Amino acid sequence: MTSLIECQDIWKIYRVGDVEVQALRGLSLTIEQGEFVAIMGSSGSGKSTLMNILGCLDQPTKGRYQLNGIEVGQLRPDQLAEIRNQRIGFVFQSFNLIPRTSALENAQLPLFYRGLSLKEQRAQAAEAIRRVGLTGWEHHFPTQLSGGQQQRVAIARALVTSPSLLLADEPTGNLDTQSSQEIMAILEGLNREGITVILVTHEVDVAAYASREIIIKDGQVLSDRATEPRPQSVGV
Amino acid sequence: MAAFVWLTVITALRILGRNRLRAGLTMLGIVIGVAAVIAMVSIGEGAKRAVQKQIATMGTNVIIIWPGATTVSGVRGSQGGAVTLTVSDALDLKKKIPLLSDTGWAKRDVMQIVNGNRNWNGTINGVSPSYLTIRDWSFSSGGPFTQADLDSAARVALIGQTVAENLFEPGEEPVGAIIRIKNVPFRVIGVLSPKGQSAQGSDQDDVIFIPFTTAERKVFGTPFLGSVGAVFASTDRTDDLPEAVEQIREVIRARHRLQGEQADDFTIRTQVDIGKVQEGTSQTLTMMLFAIASVSLLVGGIGIMNILLVSVTERTREIGVRMAVGAKRRHIVMQFLIEAVTLSVFGGALGIILGVMGAKLTTVIAGWPTIISSNVIIIAFFFSLVVGLFFGLYPANKAARLNPIDALRYE
Repeated sequence: MTSLIECQDIWKIYRVGDVEVQALRGLSLTIEQGEFVAIMGSSGSGKSTLMNILGCLDQPTKGRYQLNGIEVGQLRPDQLAEIRNQRIGFVFQSFNLIPRTSALENAQLPLFYRGLSLKEQRAQAAEAIRRVGLTGWEHHFPTQLSGGQQQRVAIARALVTSPSLLLADEPTGNLDTQSSQEIMAILEGLNREGITVILVTHEVDVAAYASREIIIKDGQVLSDRATEPRPQSVGV
Repeated sequence: MAAFVWLTVITALRILGRNRLRAGLTMLGIVIGVAAVIAMVSIGEGAKRAVQKQIATMGTNVIIIWPGATTVSGVRGSQGGAVTLTVSDALDLKKKIPLLSDTGWAKRDVMQIVNGNRNWNGTINGVSPSYLTIRDWSFSSGGPFTQADLDSAARVALIGQTVAENLFEPGEEPVGAIIRIKNVPFRVIGVLSPKGQSAQGSDQDDVIFIPFTTAERKVFGTPFLGSVGAVFASTDRTDDLPEAVEQIREVIRARHRLQGEQADDFTIRTQVDIGKVQEGTSQTLTMMLFAIASVSLLVGGIGIMNILLVSVTERTREIGVRMAVGAKRRHIVMQFLIEAVTLSVFGGALGIILGVMGAKLTTVIAGWPTIISSNVIIIAFFFSLVVGLFFGLYPANKAARLNPIDALRYE
């Protein structure tokens, strides 16, 4: 069986005016199905660029990236969109819910682009909302929800397509300690159910939930080690 | 796909509903444009129909020949001033041109008509009996005079509705009464059915018809016997009119001994010519109004484009999220196009309602006839749809071409 994620010698080079920025410099990485990985690094280390590439929002300048055995580097934008829709769920720091749209409809959004019937969409979205523990809040707008609740809706949106990969970019960055713990508990639970979770964070406590910690520096992997999960120490 | 379109329409409606004032103002251009098109075209069509009706009152396939202007020592008189056209011209035309179903002639003058203590100044027409059939006159009571009346210069008269109203008490029966024209007694033998206004705006019912011979011998006192004010002819088929006109021209030129380069001493007009002039006027008017309305639609379309561009900028993050969760370019394009079309079609529908109401109101207030054709409604609706599609295309493409990463990071 192939690995879920296989990156080989990935380069990402931007041109900003006349200046060439090498965000990733020959990074290689393999992540197996079912892992809970924390990617850490200071700002400018290239971890955001790596997240974008892993999430199929961006493509590497050089190198190979295979997701589930599919070579992503050669795909057209619409094919990338399809992969994101089928295999990847995103959770963002700033939630990125669609304003003035109910929790249920936000969770429904990815199914919207799958051509399912409205009934099926509703049913699946309601199930995702239940899994994040927001039953009863389906018809509330984002502004009527707390930060933690909003992030749970975002997780429901990421879950609704039953993705093989969940990418969380600083998911607790805008949350208080209590909410952070709740969110991390949900992610941990999902990982236990078999979903691969990749977490980008600079908080050590949050990273501690993961079973593997990868530190990025200057566009390369600085360290990559397995860690003992110790969820109880979060939020001191 | 159907579910996607339907949901997108619902989403679009909800987004527009959120910004009701903005959506309303954006639609205003389309509303006014469509309403203007509908109202203007309805008024134009109404005017055209009214003109057509008036033209039809002239008779069917009528050709009118007037004597031309006289030229005495280089000084030109007015048209119809010459006495060159005669009864024998009219009779000869009928004999020589088989295309003509009939010819008639007439001469007119305004004179005082008296009945008891009432009097009226009306147009007296000395006409041949055939004139009445060519011009399609019918009778509300009594009947026409005959060839025998013409031959014997009988003192009989047919009076129009306006004349009847002015010379007789309401309820008084004009047929059989004796009226006097220039002190000559005439027996009224028929009252004509009303025709209303002519295409030129004159009252066609303000007329009295008497036999041509009676008119020239006993009333008008014509110095040249047999000279007529106009000759009338008709054909069976409208298509024969141009050919008939050519033949009439040849026959009269020969009869008047006009040589090669010499100008005609008469003028020929057909009903179709007169209709064309009138229709041309209303056509020009309609086209002009249509042009103004089109400009308004264009402005409306630009308004929609403008608002959509603002919307794309405002919702950049939302577009980014949609792309991240799997929206393809065509989904984004569709979403904004549907929003644009929803705006323009909604505006178009409102405009149609307003336009129809405007047209009806014009009829009620100004009394202008209006005709609301379903064609113009369908075209206006279609047009507003096209405006939405056309002006939505640019903003929609702009949205779809956003880079998802930049869009997600947009503040």
